[in-house]
Amino acid sequence: MSKPSVLILGGTSDIGQAIAHTFASRGFAVVLAARESARLEATAADLAIRHDTPVSVLECDATDPEAAVRLFEELPALPDVAVCVVGTMPDQSASEADPALATQVLRSNFEGPARLMEAFGSRFARRGSGTLIGVSSVAGLRGRASNYIYGSAKAGFTAYLSGLRNRMHPRGVHVMTVLPGFVATRMTAHLTLPSALTAQPPQVAGAVYVGFTKKRNTVYTLPVWRLIMLVIRAIPEPLFKRLSL
Amino acid sequence: MTRSAKPHLQGWGRFGGTRTTLLRCSSASEVRSRVAAGKLIARGRGRAYGDSAVSAEQTLLTAGLSKFIAFDVHAGELVAEAGVSLEDIVATCLPRGWFPRVTPGTKHVTLGGMIAADVHGKNHHIDGSMVNCVNWLDLMLPTGETLRCSHSENATLFHDTVGGMGLTGIILRASVSLRSVESGWIRTRTVVAPHFRAALDAFESNAAAPYSVAWIDCVRRGSALGRSLVYLGEHAPQSALTAEQQRDRFAMSPRRCLVVPFTPPVSLLNPLSITAFNTLYFHRGKQATAPRLTGWDPYFYPLDAVRGWNRLYGRRGFVQFQAVLPLDTAERGMEALLHTIAAARSASFLAVLKRMGPGRSEGISFPMAGYTLALDFPATAKAIALVTQLHCLTQQHGGRVYLAKDALLSAPELEAMDPRVAPFKARRLANGSAAHFQSLQSERLSL
Repeated sequence: MSKPSVLILGGTSDIGQAIAHTFASRGFAVVLAARESARLEATAADLAIRHDTPVSVLECDATDPEAAVRLFEELPALPDVAVCVVGTMPDQSASEADPALATQVLRSNFEGPARLMEAFGSRFARRGSGTLIGVSSVAGLRGRASNYIYGSAKAGFTAYLSGLRNRMHPRGVHVMTVLPGFVATRMTAHLTLPSALTAQPPQVAGAVYVGFTKKRNTVYTLPVWRLIMLVIRAIPEPLFKRLSL
Repeated sequence: MTRSAKPHLQGWGRFGGTRTTLLRCSSASEVRSRVAAGKLIARGRGRAYGDSAVSAEQTLLTAGLSKFIAFDVHAGELVAEAGVSLEDIVATCLPRGWFPRVTPGTKHVTLGGMIAADVHGKNHHIDGSMVNCVNWLDLMLPTGETLRCSHSENATLFHDTVGGMGLTGIILRASVSLRSVESGWIRTRTVVAPHFRAALDAFESNAAAPYSVAWIDCVRRGSALGRSLVYLGEHAPQSALTAEQQRDRFAMSPRRCLVVPFTPPVSLLNPLSITAFNTLYFHRGKQATAPRLTGWDPYFYPLDAVRGWNRLYGRRGFVQFQAVLPLDTAERGMEALLHTIAAARSASFLAVLKRMGPGRSEGISFPMAGYTLALDFPATAKAIALVTQLHCLTQQHGGRVYLAKDALLSAPELEAMDPRVAPFKARRLANGSAAHFQSLQSERLSL
């Protein structure tokens, strides 16, 4: 019997690599895809050695409209699981000052990931099986002054995943949304994060894998985030706009 | 990674230490920028007992250098980054029939740390230390340049680095040879030695046993001075396994771990508890001398089953003493050490005796042909005075001290013990590493 396979879109990210390790340790073959695939070679060798599993590397720029087409040309076979960890989070004030950067944030966090998931969704639906996992963000659950460009892109991606799940359900394809909360990664290394609310990438990966096996719809890494976001979303807008969040 | 903090950092003994700037790295280029930024010392998993991997300036955590690079499953050659842990090496290689050629008593160490300390294991009398299984290593120099070092290439720097306690540069990656094994089970046998001389006899008459180590009772005096249980072991062939063991051929099923959840205010290991423990342990061991099969994990890493066991010594922490005495003075010298320890009534919980094979004339690494004794004591004023006495006896008998354990040796003591130290220091000055790679230990020992 051949191994099940997982494709990680955004394979250079810390969370993406942790997810790759977790699936590989459970017997999955791994395909890593990212913009600069040369940066993936060392990770690919490490994964293959540690988990004794086939690992391959593909070039993929999620903001390129042709990205999905190229991926399907290069992929040896349609994977069983496709995970999208693509995204960037520049400083909010930089996005406010530079409309081109803001556009880039919207593209890399919403447009690109949604287009990729859409392409895989259609193929998975035709096959009648598969799991799509989209890593979105709690920042998308309510827009805040400190991070709303990124947040709104993630809100779009979360809504997109919800709709895709709705569409895919009758076709035997599961769609899972991941809202990791704070995670200690290179992307957040410049921020001071409260340790009780901050997960390590392997924790996120563990939660993703459990969610995958249990066919969860939405996964938070640390349960406390579900509560925090419940509270944040319940604050009435007249009050919310006065808060510094 | 740009994060840095300035916490108080200690060795595994939780004694001494200093505030230091912690730096992280996940690639060679990040290491280069760290090296360019100032004085530092590398730190793996922080298992050196004393202050070898703590710097008053900057301490570079190598945990991010954690990638396997290549594994030749036919030749048993592994290439990995320095921050890869021994635990991961065993987990990765053993299910494919390969075990480390040399392993210390814990798997929570990094490849780089094992090389820097030139660690030895229960098979030192046959297989030697880390230096005997490292094919090559890549070392980052003070200039930021990376140099490949091996037995044949840049050999002086290679010998200075293996056992050099991180003082020659930052080890980035290394190639090591592994041992082919048929199973993950170890066939063990215990020899009871009612006194010290019997323990030495047991080592000499079982010199062919691949693994040997003795637990030694350092509390008993008189005719039972140095009574020991000598544990012998060898890798079990597949044919020796029971049906149940066959199903777990590499003994990979996880072991239950205890955790020491907090640090007690005073040491739980005191002369009273240790004397009671030793009596029970010796008599229990005496009854279980028949050969049996043990998994690699409890055999090589018994203390790893108690996570945070170093906290048992309380807030004050503990100090380790490990010395090796050359063969010609070992018997006399060890008896002198044991007399002094027993008379001080500073009971040691962990006392380990082992026959060592030959060491090296190059570098400053620990091993030498003879006997090594390792002990630890709660870090009381009395124990610290005792360790100083033991240093003196070690020197008188031509022995030397293991720097990976040391927190108390002085610079003059070290120079008097080891003629290799002065030339090592001169080389460090000449190649610029002295000004760049410094630990609390290197400053204390003027290395």
